[in-house]
Amino acid sequence: MFLPIFVYYVIFRYVPMTGLIIAFKDFKPGGGIYHGKWVGLKWFIQFFESPYAYRVIRNTVLISLYSLIFGFPVPIFFAICITEIKNMKFRRIVQTASYLPHFISTVVVVGMIHMFFSMSNGIVNTIIAKLGGESINFLINPKWFRTLYVGSGIWQHFGFNSIIYIATITGIDPSMYEVAKIDGITKFKEVIYITIPLIAPTIIILFILQLGNIMNVGFEKVFLMYSPAIYETADVISTYVYRKGIEGSSYSFGTAIGFFNSVINFAFVYIANRISRAITQTSLW
Amino acid sequence: MKLNTGIKQNTDANVALKQKRDMNPIDSDKLFYAIVYLVAIIGFIITLYPFIYILAVSFSNSHSVYRGEVFLWPVNPTIAGYRQVFKQKGLWTAYGNTIFYTVVGTIFNMAATTIAAYPLSRRQFFVRRFFNFFIAFTMYFSGGLIPTYLLITNLGFYNSRWVMIIPSLLSTYNVMVCRSAFSNIPDEVIESAEIEGANDWQIFYSIAVRLITPTLAVLTLYYAVGHWNNFFTALLYLSDNRLIPIQVLLRRVLIQSSSELMGGDIASDDKAAVSIQIRYVTIVIATLPILAIYPFLQKYFVRGIMLGAVKG
Repeated sequence: MFLPIFVYYVIFRYVPMTGLIIAFKDFKPGGGIYHGKWVGLKWFIQFFESPYAYRVIRNTVLISLYSLIFGFPVPIFFAICITEIKNMKFRRIVQTASYLPHFISTVVVVGMIHMFFSMSNGIVNTIIAKLGGESINFLINPKWFRTLYVGSGIWQHFGFNSIIYIATITGIDPSMYEVAKIDGITKFKEVIYITIPLIAPTIIILFILQLGNIMNVGFEKVFLMYSPAIYETADVISTYVYRKGIEGSSYSFGTAIGFFNSVINFAFVYIANRISRAITQTSLW
Repeated sequence: MKLNTGIKQNTDANVALKQKRDMNPIDSDKLFYAIVYLVAIIGFIITLYPFIYILAVSFSNSHSVYRGEVFLWPVNPTIAGYRQVFKQKGLWTAYGNTIFYTVVGTIFNMAATTIAAYPLSRRQFFVRRFFNFFIAFTMYFSGGLIPTYLLITNLGFYNSRWVMIIPSLLSTYNVMVCRSAFSNIPDEVIESAEIEGANDWQIFYSIAVRLITPTLAVLTLYYAVGHWNNFFTALLYLSDNRLIPIQVLLRRVLIQSSSELMGGDIASDDKAAVSIQIRYVTIVIATLPILAIYPFLQKYFVRGIMLGAVKG
């Protein structure tokens, strides 16, 4: 009964991998994937010689990096606070609410960004105007893209990402804290000297794994958020591949860039895993 | 655990050293709890306020919305926006499509996931190690967007309903989660069923699957939410308006400011105001199923992430 599963993986996962050879060929639609002239590294060279290579790689790395720097500590901080709440009913309500945005579709989240930050009647500009400030055109100003992207990402996922830390903290042996209490230690010190060291392994693993994904910015949200006016800061590798490869029908060129990206991703994840295994004895493999 | 005791001794020494120059411990704890509750309350408001605002706008008079008078509560409450949107056939078509993709897709997903995971969990399966690697590898490396796109269009999936179901039949990650649930079933249970004369399918269907129902509930939920929110597949492969799911329609209305859910019967000076409100109404309608089931199934959603964590 495993046969259909095997066939599925071969067709939908492994056949596309063989399709990567068109990155080294001059593929014409209708010509068949395995035909066409070999062109060596032509498409890779074309990509790296274009001014867009630097732009999309820089944007990809910066978006991941900002998400990591600003987004990574939030769930930890939130988890530490939420587990200190003694009123279980209140705590459950706050926790439940905080996970909610994670399950909303990207289209809706980006739609909300568009409406809330709109120049004409967005609530953010309405409030800015009420406070006597100048309206800001958030959506077509390249300077604001990363802030909106990273900020909305934090909003959407901090609660959900805190679950794993909350579970780790609630798993800490209560006698640790009891001993501390006898010693007359303050709550701040409890957090700094007991809670944080005990969740440190979890923090390290998750940090390393995220670092491994640094060249991997999801297509969907950027695609939904950006417009030609803000390509300068918003265009990432995956959206560039989509525009060139699928909208522009440059299949070979797009495949070459995608291939470059997959190889780098794979290398990063692999290295991240090795580091994680060396430090914490935990890894994906 | 060795590590922990080391840290604790270190802690004691530090505490003893620092305690003298600290503020009164009781005041310090008060400040601590003030911060804790403040963070919780701010987190609560930040996550919920946008939803409350959307609801308030969707039930308000469109001119009040346009003038920026709505903040927390509907102003001049009305259901005119909903009436307007409900009249549009395009919405119902897209909604029906999404329900179809979600229900049929999830059934296919669950059947395939359990069938893939069960043999991988049994030690008797002779090529188990090879297949574990064979499927796990696809989590880390793939042909990428364009080769996949060319394959799927060549297979004739373009503008076919099945493109939303067949290519995403299996999530490898979910197969792994399901596999580890199956492998927690003791071998003795399976063996005794064999002695009773049950065949492999009977063991799989009436014993193994039933023993891991909680895990299957979580996976069902994740697949279903994935289908409900799926936008990318439809963007790539569906251009026929009769087939598009709600997310594609949402993108047109919310992000590309399409007026297709407005209807032609609105006076032109009302258009700007109504078009804003229509967007909020559409969000409510498209997100309602998730918001409605969420509080009840919350614990399953949460259990999902822990299933993944146990694996590591």
